[in-house]
Amino acid sequence: MSVKDTSPTLEVRDLQTHFFTKAGVAKAVDGVSFSVGKGEIMGLVGESGSGKSVTGFSIIGLVDPPGNVVGGEVLYNGKNLVGLPDEQMRQLRGNRIAMIFQDPMMTLNPVLRVDTQMVETILAHDPSVSKQDALARSRDALGQVGIPAPDERLRSYPHQFSGGMRQRVAIAIALLNKPDLIIADEPTTALDVTIQGQILYEAQKLCRETGTSMIWITHDLAVVAGLADSICVMYGGRVVEQGLINDVLDHPVHPYTRGLLGSVPGANSRGTRLYQIPGMAPSLLNLPQGCAFQARCPRADEACLVEPQITEPIAGRGVRCCHPHLNAEEEIGA
Amino acid sequence: MSETIQNSTPIEAPEEFVVTLQTPFQRFCADFFESRVASAAFVVLVGILFIAICAPLISPQNPYDLSQVSILDAKMAPGSQSFDGWTFYLGTDGAGRDLMSAMFYGLRISLGVGVMSGVIAMCIGAAIGLAAAYFGGRVDAVIMRIVDIQLSFPAILVALILLAVLGKGVDKIIIALVIVQWAYYARTIRASALVERNKEYVEAATCLALSHNRIVFKHLFPNCLPPLIVVVTIQTAHAISLEATLSFLGVGLPISEPSLGLLIANGFDYMLSGYFWISFFPGIALLITIVSINLVGDQLRDVLNPRLDR
Amino acid sequence: MTVFIIRRLMQSAIVVFVMSFLVFGGVNIVGDPVEMMVSDEADQEERERVIKSMGLDKPWYIQYGKFVTNALQGDLGNSFVYGEPALQIIVQRMPATFELAFVSLLMSIIIGIPFGVWAGLFPERFSSKIIMSGSIVGFSLPTFWVGLMMIMVFAVMLGWLPSTGRGDTVIVFGMELSFFTPDGLSHIFLPALNLALFNTSLVIRLTRAGVREAIHMDYIKFARAKGLSYRRVIMVHLMKNIMIPVVTVLGLEFGGLIAFSVVTETVFAWPGMGKLIIESIQNLDRPIIVAYLMIIVLVFVVINLVVDILYSILDPRVRLQDVSS
Repeated sequence: MSVKDTSPTLEVRDLQTHFFTKAGVAKAVDGVSFSVGKGEIMGLVGESGSGKSVTGFSIIGLVDPPGNVVGGEVLYNGKNLVGLPDEQMRQLRGNRIAMIFQDPMMTLNPVLRVDTQMVETILAHDPSVSKQDALARSRDALGQVGIPAPDERLRSYPHQFSGGMRQRVAIAIALLNKPDLIIADEPTTALDVTIQGQILYEAQKLCRETGTSMIWITHDLAVVAGLADSICVMYGGRVVEQGLINDVLDHPVHPYTRGLLGSVPGANSRGTRLYQIPGMAPSLLNLPQGCAFQARCPRADEACLVEPQITEPIAGRGVRCCHPHLNAEEEIGA
Repeated sequence: MSETIQNSTPIEAPEEFVVTLQTPFQRFCADFFESRVASAAFVVLVGILFIAICAPLISPQNPYDLSQVSILDAKMAPGSQSFDGWTFYLGTDGAGRDLMSAMFYGLRISLGVGVMSGVIAMCIGAAIGLAAAYFGGRVDAVIMRIVDIQLSFPAILVALILLAVLGKGVDKIIIALVIVQWAYYARTIRASALVERNKEYVEAATCLALSHNRIVFKHLFPNCLPPLIVVVTIQTAHAISLEATLSFLGVGLPISEPSLGLLIANGFDYMLSGYFWISFFPGIALLITIVSINLVGDQLRDVLNPRLDR
Repeated sequence: MTVFIIRRLMQSAIVVFVMSFLVFGGVNIVGDPVEMMVSDEADQEERERVIKSMGLDKPWYIQYGKFVTNALQGDLGNSFVYGEPALQIIVQRMPATFELAFVSLLMSIIIGIPFGVWAGLFPERFSSKIIMSGSIVGFSLPTFWVGLMMIMVFAVMLGWLPSTGRGDTVIVFGMELSFFTPDGLSHIFLPALNLALFNTSLVIRLTRAGVREAIHMDYIKFARAKGLSYRRVIMVHLMKNIMIPVVTVLGLEFGGLIAFSVVTETVFAWPGMGKLIIESIQNLDRPIIVAYLMIIVLVFVVINLVVDILYSILDPRVRLQDVSS
């Protein structure tokens, strides 16, 4: 399902990541597939517990025990990352595949200076670079993300920055080695709305300029709407709908996507009751038989007890549903 | 609420999720004995307590009854025979006392002093800590200042100076140990009482116009018990160790009531001549006692800590 | 920063004064000073003479005033046993004790931190469980008994190391130190190890706890996401964070080591302040006891101050806050 016609930067096939806890096995990622092309921004959307963050960590190989990637493939430029020896994975991380985390407060090490944290990223992957060159590159990266007076800022400590600035630094660090893919795990959730807008703008600009692919993980549809080229909706550890952003948002096919769009406050007129998807997300330890969404779905019946597979009812759109909304005239939120 | 959850069929819990009801105490016991090391330590501890309590009954000899002791038996190696015909399993000391019997009696005194001072310190420390937490404000500030200053000085020095001034004797040692320990209890209790105090059940009790006493002792205190239990265990071990050290240094218990520390001190002089057992065995007894208390305390801390995800 | 230091200095001065009062009161009022100073055989005349010369007939506040003025001039009385100024005797013994405490601290750091980091990084491994059980045994062992056993095994049975006393000394910065001579090292090894026992266990547990806590932090995960080598993540990112609380505790523990040297010095006949105070207690040499207490209070207050300053230097969040505020 790639946007461009060149081969995809990243292709995830049937990825499975399970957590083996005392209380049972939590299937955080249970058969997720998608691909991201060169320069494409894909939004990975889902509520808490849908497995979207774990997907991100699985791609970059940072799933810690008791979790483990138990199946599937993650193809980066054709090479499978699952099961890759740790040293080879380390060489890719921060170099060809970078990650940005959610909380900028705790992401940067509070006792190390910013320049230390930037220079070490460069030197970890290319020890031949001189300190001065590395510093110069760091300075440029800070300028690229719009941080004023970069020389002074380089010698500061993280706690001397505001939240938005810290996240920009994190983005700058991600860009240092000009990666092919950036995985951003809810990077703007912890920031206020105006800063969020700025960061989104910067991110989109950078991807267009450098041709970097991006996976933007979020629970906020509004963020994805303005930013991404394609969208992948997750629920209960599985992909339930995916396709081009405008197609999916204008004509959602899966009941869950329709529910999500319906619950965005702008969709209702003033004074009417806000729409809510009834019920709660299932515990990943105890997923129901068949479709994960059936308990909350207005269209569920016995057919849903068999897990639906991904189908392609419309060109370029993937859906995992027994009763997809194929009639385009149905109103959202019904 | 018209938008109720629409569930067609009620969900039946599969068998493995049915939970048998356990009392908190049963659950605590199950958790505690999960560790084999701690369980072994617990058994050892019970054994030691038994020996200490029944010392006069199970010792082959009363080492402080001069009629039973003969100087001719002095410094005999472990396993040797007395002229009466029975065996000194662990040898004899410089005055001819059976070392094993002396150790049983010494264990009794060491444990007795340690536990007693711990209990008294706990009562005093708990009362003060609870008062500080409950009344807050200036009372709290003053008490905690005192506690902090006391705790910033090492226990051994405080005890040393106190005993230098007070002199020898069981009661004086207990006083010194109490003074050294109370602050630690006070601080622990205050910390957990402060957390509890802000909880709603205290507010509810205050609204019911219950007396201060009642609120503090019947409501606050029982909820502060878990960390207290841990502290009691570990502090008791410290107290026993401290008493032994003080006795060894010669400022502790008088010769008429020798604890294990004094026994070790007595053996010091003979050690360089090769009669090592006089210091060795009492030391082993002390070591086993303290280690088992600490192992039990460690497991208690892990089990009673609500924050550890297990 | 300077404001902070001045404030702490003033607080420390107050603590020292309060302690001096307590010490004076404790020793002079609780025990009978006359009884403590005059031998039992002395007759009435002898008693009167001592009382007059020591100023013991004056009211307590005059005695305290005299005590303080003398103390500020460095005069804390003369030792009954040695006949020389008490302060001087103690200061003479100080290098020995400090040396012992310092070597001990060094040992506990060198042994404790690597073991603690290992146990923190691999908590499930058998080696880690042994390390943790070992640490429990370590702080349960009565120091004096271990010292005896050490002497027994290494000095008496094996004859590898000397059993008691201090080795040859060398004058460094005006102090006599035995650390720099081979003979001195062989003498200091056992007592320092003995004293370090409790502390090492503490360091192991502390380091392990710090590692367990820090390893789950986001900045560690981010460091790994940047592709940094495992070695760098642990040695730089992790260690720098846990060093702050560890250093603080160690600094405070140094005071504890000086205090506990009382025991080790007695066992190993190490000629330091600790051994002196034990003897003085047994000989009822009051001026030495008073002088020792005052010195200890001073030492502790200085240590607390240094640790506070060190902490604010090490943690950039604290240090830079002060500058800007």
